[in-house]
Amino acid sequence: MNRFEYVRPASVQEAVTAASQPGSVYLAAGTNLLDLMKLGAARPERVIDITRLPGLGEIDWRPDGSVRIGAMVRNSDLAYDERFARTFPVVAEALLSGASAQLRNAATVGGNLMQQTRCAYFQDVASACNRRAPGSGCDAREGENRLHAVLGWSESCIATHPSDFCVPLVALDAVTEVAGPNGMRDVAIDALHALPGETPERETALQPGELITALKLPSDAAAFADHARYLKVRERTSFAFAVVSAAAALRIDGGKIQSARLALGGVAAKPWRARDAEAVLENAPPTQEAFAKAAELALSEARPSGKNAFKIELARRLIVRALSLSTEGTPEAMPALPASPFATVPSANHAR
Amino acid sequence: MPVEIFPSSPEHRRHGSNAGQPLTRRDGLLKVTGKATYAADNHREGMLYAVAAVSSIARGRVKSLDVQAAKSHPGVVEVITPANRPPLAHNPNQKMPPFGFRIEVLQDDTVRYANQPIAMVVAETLEAATEGAALLNPQYETDTARTRRENGERFKPEAVGVGGPSRVAHGDIEAGFASAARVTEAEFVTPAQYHNAMEPHAVVAEWDGDRLTLDMPNQALVLSCAGYATYFGIPPENVLIRSPFIGGGFGSKAILNGPQILAILAARMLKRPVKLALPRAQMYGPVGHRGATWQKLRVGTDAGGRLTALHHHTLSATSSFDDFLEPAANASLPLYASPAILAEHEGLRLDTGTPGPMRAPGEASGSAALEVAIDEAAEACGMDPLEFRLANYAETEPGTGRPFSSKALRECYAEGAKRFGWSGRPLAARQMRDENGCLVGWGMGTAVFHCPHFPAEARATLRADGTGLLETAGVDMGQGAWTALAQIGAEALGLDPEMVELRSGVSSLPDGGIAGGSGHTASAGLALHNAGRNAIDQLVDLATADPESPLFGAGNVGVVARAGRLHRRDDEGRSESYSDILARARRTELVGDAKAAREPAAAEAHAMFSHGAVFAEVKVDPDLGQVRATRLVGAFAAGRIINPRLVRSQYYGGMIWGASFALLEEAVTDHRTGRIMNSDLAEYHVPVNADLPSLDAILIPEDDPYVNPLGVKGVGEIGITGTVGAIANAVWHATGVRARRFPIRIEDLLSDW
Ligand SMILES: Cc1cc2nc3c(=O)[nH]c(=O)nc-3n(C[C@H](O)[C@H](O)[C@H](O)COP(=O)(O)OP(=O)(O)OC[C@H]3O[C@@H](n4cnc5c(N)ncnc54)[C@H](O)[C@@H]3O)c2cc1C
Ligand code: SF4
Repeated sequence: MNRFEYVRPASVQEAVTAASQPGSVYLAAGTNLLDLMKLGAARPERVIDITRLPGLGEIDWRPDGSVRIGAMVRNSDLAYDERFARTFPVVAEALLSGASAQLRNAATVGGNLMQQTRCAYFQDVASACNRRAPGSGCDAREGENRLHAVLGWSESCIATHPSDFCVPLVALDAVTEVAGPNGMRDVAIDALHALPGETPERETALQPGELITALKLPSDAAAFADHARYLKVRERTSFAFAVVSAAAALRIDGGKIQSARLALGGVAAKPWRARDAEAVLENAPPTQEAFAKAAELALSEARPSGKNAFKIELARRLIVRALSLSTEGTPEAMPALPASPFATVPSANHAR
Repeated sequence: MPVEIFPSSPEHRRHGSNAGQPLTRRDGLLKVTGKATYAADNHREGMLYAVAAVSSIARGRVKSLDVQAAKSHPGVVEVITPANRPPLAHNPNQKMPPFGFRIEVLQDDTVRYANQPIAMVVAETLEAATEGAALLNPQYETDTARTRRENGERFKPEAVGVGGPSRVAHGDIEAGFASAARVTEAEFVTPAQYHNAMEPHAVVAEWDGDRLTLDMPNQALVLSCAGYATYFGIPPENVLIRSPFIGGGFGSKAILNGPQILAILAARMLKRPVKLALPRAQMYGPVGHRGATWQKLRVGTDAGGRLTALHHHTLSATSSFDDFLEPAANASLPLYASPAILAEHEGLRLDTGTPGPMRAPGEASGSAALEVAIDEAAEACGMDPLEFRLANYAETEPGTGRPFSSKALRECYAEGAKRFGWSGRPLAARQMRDENGCLVGWGMGTAVFHCPHFPAEARATLRADGTGLLETAGVDMGQGAWTALAQIGAEALGLDPEMVELRSGVSSLPDGGIAGGSGHTASAGLALHNAGRNAIDQLVDLATADPESPLFGAGNVGVVARAGRLHRRDDEGRSESYSDILARARRTELVGDAKAAREPAAAEAHAMFSHGAVFAEVKVDPDLGQVRATRLVGAFAAGRIINPRLVRSQYYGGMIWGASFALLEEAVTDHRTGRIMNSDLAEYHVPVNADLPSLDAILIPEDDPYVNPLGVKGVGEIGITGTVGAIANAVWHATGVRARRFPIRIEDLLSDW
């Protein structure tokens, strides 16, 4: 690890000022950042520890039913918060399907949103990687890219964003609250992560020094609580990143879908909202045909970026399944294997 | 060093008196309270930290290193490169029998595989050494990496595995196929896999003149002392290795490797203790792995489903500069009764680190292919897989006709099938679903593993206070040697395990042999057994010759040692305690020494194997292709069981590894560079608990008078064999898709796209 300056600011303002200098990076739980620093993929000059900043650890419910979650709230604390899990079950399920219990206990809301791609070439400093070293090339493009993007990728970069949490968040129109040198602003999750285009090194919409202080879920997102599932295909039953994942949330009334939210994970450099698919579901009856049509639309732009054509078909099937499960209804209790295809056995549920 | 010694611990739970009891681990409390000292936990006054810089190319040479940049980093003490590397007394390009490989210790600037050490940076802190290594900025002259079957160089090997035959032919293979009613053929690819022991290869090396002390995890203590002595030009007795605990070895800690030698060399060069612990990624290269294989099987059967010929061909990958070929085809030799068997190997030279023995070397990958091929033959014959295996049961060793020293495989099949509920299994694939619509499949495989016995030595002492001391340089890699060896020794001494102290894990003790080949409990155990008997014999002589002893003159009728007393065999009421006998004879202790090896005549006359049967249930999502091994039942017969608790753990561990082989493990190589792209435990998948919700291991009793006087066979590796095939066969039964490559992946099971 290179030598770096360690700063422990006392306020958000101090943090932002410190981080506005070039070469700075925020340190939350460090479960992603420290790994990258050890690998040499991140070589910051200044590490700004935000773990002791006041006021970032609360979950605040507003009178209108919306919620503001401090950026330092731990992943597991949020997932196990009773009101949160009841109101936004699909988010809780996604959180609990990520990483391991130990990591979730440490990982923060802000860190999860801002975690970096797991592309092996990004992590390996001996590889060419436009995202890590702009203009150096992309060794993944012709390399081991079984798990890389099938949507929204460019010749410059085919990486995916690995977060599970972000997938239902983008579906539910969540918004981040950001503090920066010029004050506060809101950035929607859908606008937070950038598609690579020609500039994969611009990973997010955040400007130098900007700090995510909170995550906000709007009140209307709660309307999907009865029909919302997150489903994640992975290579082992637990503790693996998604090969492909899907968040589906429906409002069903009178045998018809009143409104639909659908997003995919593991397919693009950002959590992928499938708005066209949502549109065809609206006012349609929740049938397999409708779901299949939605799935087709959601993947209509998809193309393999390498040895990953199977992910396109897998994503279609996953969408159909996630929509079917949502239609059946959100389970009473969190499944013992959250988001797993094997979690649907009622007896496998355990009480929260 | 408190860890060298395990005093009797009163809180330690007992279920009975001696060997055969499921005692909990004697070192369990130390481990769960964090007090067990592993190699890298050691600190020495004035210690330095070593970090290897490793190559990012797989073939070529290092043109330059920015040694100046590394040296000027604060805290960096020395940078060792081929230019200044002090001499070694052994040429590292020369093999050192029996297990010494050619290794890379900066002998020149060539690069033979990715992750090969190209420099060693030594610094006052780990961070400084790490940064120093990062600053070296190596420039290479790069040659094309050869890491694929297509561009590796093929050759005819002289031997496979550790001195195993590269080609074995029994009977007339072509005649066998000619007479077959059916011939089934199948090909399989198994990937390179890495041991990934939880504990990295570490060493704390300290020199005192020409005496060397090493704290390191080591599976072959005394043998390794000789190896290090040869490299450093000192007498073997000048090397002391302390290895009380090992966080998993699986074969990778039995063999000398470059990084550890370089750290020891650095300690000598800088005259300060040096610590090295390999980062996870550097364990993918210089410390061995399971080499990739490409296997082809042909199975001939007659009209009644009996084998007429079995041909197993394996192409085994090794490095460009040394040979360790996964002896996979030999897995087809001991198991099924075919009148003609041909097992043959070809070698493939790749630009990788040299493979080495990894838990069930050869048997694991060979059994994976064989058991699927056997299943396909059963299917072709329209027979139940178990019925087919029984029809081809080998009553004697195939080819040689030698009797088995013992073989309770039939009982394993029967008990395993019963516990699993095998009967009623539909023959065809895709017949079963669970309540959620998941495809369900059942499959089975036969497990087999040879049982070697290594020469070993031990000492047993009876002390004046009636307690015992057992000494052997044994190796506990987590399997429970601290406990099982104490049980064996205590039994020989006629003492409860609480009454004996075991000293082990240090090379200065009598040579406990190597912990490998599943032979350690039998080998070190027999030495302890003999040593204990020897001490008791001396005690009996004292007592029966002493007119004041109640046992006087009992030499002929015999005397039994039990719970710290000698009893007349014909009159158990007449007895005397060990301490009384010793006190009257004015002896402070009696020392029994022993060497033990297998009886050569028994070894010649018998085929010696552990056996087992593994039954697997898998569920497969019919649309999404995700697989889970929902139930595994293994029944194993491995001679006498010293500690059922520990043995069951070994079987579980083996079966879990089998599931890992079948469904998860694979080193992903970028063939353009020869670099492994998933060299960490986030991406190189091994199973988690949720992958194996139900595991069951049945211990089938087996008496074996020939393997050794203890009747103990090995249990450490057999669980992998059988299991891989059982799971692959269950996947077929669920989906109709035959495994052709391991691990079986989601895309292999996504139907119709
Ligand atoms: C083995 C392993 C498996 C994993 N599996 C999964 C998985 O299955 N699914 C999944 O979703 N995730 C998974 N993760 C990733 C995990 O969720 C992230 O590492 C974690 O959420 C990061 O949170 P942190 O607080 O540790 O962030 P840090 O590591 O501290 O920070 C990560 C990044 O975010 C930036 N950052 C942190 N907080 C803020 C803020 N408030 N404002 C602006 N920038 C900020 C940091 O500067 C840094 O760049 C896994 C991680 C590991 C190590
Ligand atoms: S896919 Fe993106 S992150 Fe991966 S190597 Fe290419 S540019 Fe880098």
